[in-house]
Amino acid sequence: MTIAALNSNPAPAILPGSGGLRGALSDLLWRKPSLLLLLMLLPPILWLGIVYIGSLFALLLQSFFSIDEFSGLINREFTLKTYGDLLQAANLDIILRTVTMAALVTLASAVIAFPIAYYATRYARGRWKALFYLGVMLPLWSSYLVKIYAWKLILAKEGILTWLLAKLHLLWLLDAWLSLPIVGGNSLSVSYTGTFIVFVYVWLPFMILPVQAALERVPGNLVEASSDLGASPGQTFRNVLFPLALPGIVAGSIFTFSLTLGDYIIPQIIGTSRLFIGQAVYSQQGTAGNIPLAAAFTVVPIVIMGFYLWGAKRMGAFDAL
Amino acid sequence: MRSDRGQSAPPGLKIAAAGGLLFLHLPILLIFVYAFTTEEKSFVWPPPGLTTQWFAVTWNRPDVWEALSLSVRVAAISTAVAMVLGTLCAAAVSRTRFFGRETISLLVILPIALPGIITGIALRSAFSLAEIPFSFWTIVLGHATFCVVVVYNNAVARFRRTSGSMIEASMDLGADGFQTFRHVVLPNIATALLAGGMLAFALSFDEVIVTTFTAGQQQTLPIWMLEELIRPRQRPVTNVVAMVVVLVTLLPILAAYYLTRDGDQIAGSGK
Repeated sequence: MTIAALNSNPAPAILPGSGGLRGALSDLLWRKPSLLLLLMLLPPILWLGIVYIGSLFALLLQSFFSIDEFSGLINREFTLKTYGDLLQAANLDIILRTVTMAALVTLASAVIAFPIAYYATRYARGRWKALFYLGVMLPLWSSYLVKIYAWKLILAKEGILTWLLAKLHLLWLLDAWLSLPIVGGNSLSVSYTGTFIVFVYVWLPFMILPVQAALERVPGNLVEASSDLGASPGQTFRNVLFPLALPGIVAGSIFTFSLTLGDYIIPQIIGTSRLFIGQAVYSQQGTAGNIPLAAAFTVVPIVIMGFYLWGAKRMGAFDAL
Repeated sequence: MRSDRGQSAPPGLKIAAAGGLLFLHLPILLIFVYAFTTEEKSFVWPPPGLTTQWFAVTWNRPDVWEALSLSVRVAAISTAVAMVLGTLCAAAVSRTRFFGRETISLLVILPIALPGIITGIALRSAFSLAEIPFSFWTIVLGHATFCVVVVYNNAVARFRRTSGSMIEASMDLGADGFQTFRHVVLPNIATALLAGGMLAFALSFDEVIVTTFTAGQQQTLPIWMLEELIRPRQRPVTNVVAMVVVLVTLLPILAAYYLTRDGDQIAGSGK
């Protein structure tokens, strides 16, 4: 067989090149990769830029408007008066309450997440590893409202938790907890404790995944070397595991912190009547009709998260995402 | 080969890990029991009796069907938009290095990195400034924006693993850009796109925070449920809907997991 024969009979896997306009366009894009890049980037940038960034600017703009206290109409002139309103004691209270809650929720999530993530990376193999992964993914993706609803069922006065504690003769413990000043209340479903539990429950998977990703990168022999050199398990945790897992914890805390800052549904359904930032935003823009103040309120989590992300980036948390 | 295989975990760690997983799963399982309870007025435990009558009652509720249909339509269109935008973005970011590349990834991630209420109220104030009335499309606009990131993440991970030399080989063999895309690129990223699309669908189907700001008077299924949580009308119907929602979101998640599983294991084995 000669080369010429081979050439005259090309393998059918090679498709005939298309000529005409399509071919010319294809050639053009190959010769000018920057044009292809532009064409690929244009739709997403237009969408996100106009719809999202545009909206954010509209929001920011509104925070510099003010509301006329007599007519209730929005006065479209530049003013810092709305930000002045934000600094009233009642509003500062709301901000402080939300940030404290976000910090506590983040801390608790990290404590609960670490053993799960550590077990999944170091001890779970094969089938178990998949099971652990799904065991975190399924609650993460389950319906947010259903999860809150489940906790309403659990924490209700006639619900399963009271029943369980009664069976264990531990009701006095619950009553003692509920009689405490700040964290207590009439029942768990109308107390800060309830809000806290539900926040931790709903955001926990967001903490487990990045911590696990960070721990996956810690070679097992580092832990062994540490114990060979005479460190106790506690010392190994403090000096080896924890520092290496920290970027993962910080990455997870971005989610738990930010999600808690902006949530208005959980404290509304399970919690006291005192407001969180999200609820304040919602009621200001809805019933009160004060969109400028609502807009100014949303700037608070944006600024807090801005600093948070900046700090997280410095700690290398984004590599663990 | 790592030397720590076969070691068993300290009992304290086992208990903490098992306890954490139980904490994540028991509340959801509880929903399944409540869907069958005979109790109508309260959340009493244990249920006084079990019945399946609430499934029939829910089936005959037109408001549930309307909410479900709106949710499915919104999720389908948003997913389609997000898949196009997310794939384009992922292709651009992973194929080439260009000025502002980091900014693009940040731009994509921002809608879920910032609290949902900010996205929601930002869209709402933009609609009111531009005097756009609430409609089906205002909901889609919001949903597609935060669904892009899910598709993007899946596609970027896959692009990173497919080698660029395959595209060059295809071109060397005489295929033009469109043929290369159709016969080389697409088969490589198809399962990642499908997985991303399913997750985007689940995300949109379940979204409530942004939707409350962009829906006006329309009710998606999550908004219907939120209404029931705040002002309960018929609790057993809510129980049944909650159970169905858990089952419906379960399927795309499991499917997405099986679609991306093999690749992830290959990627993980290099560590």
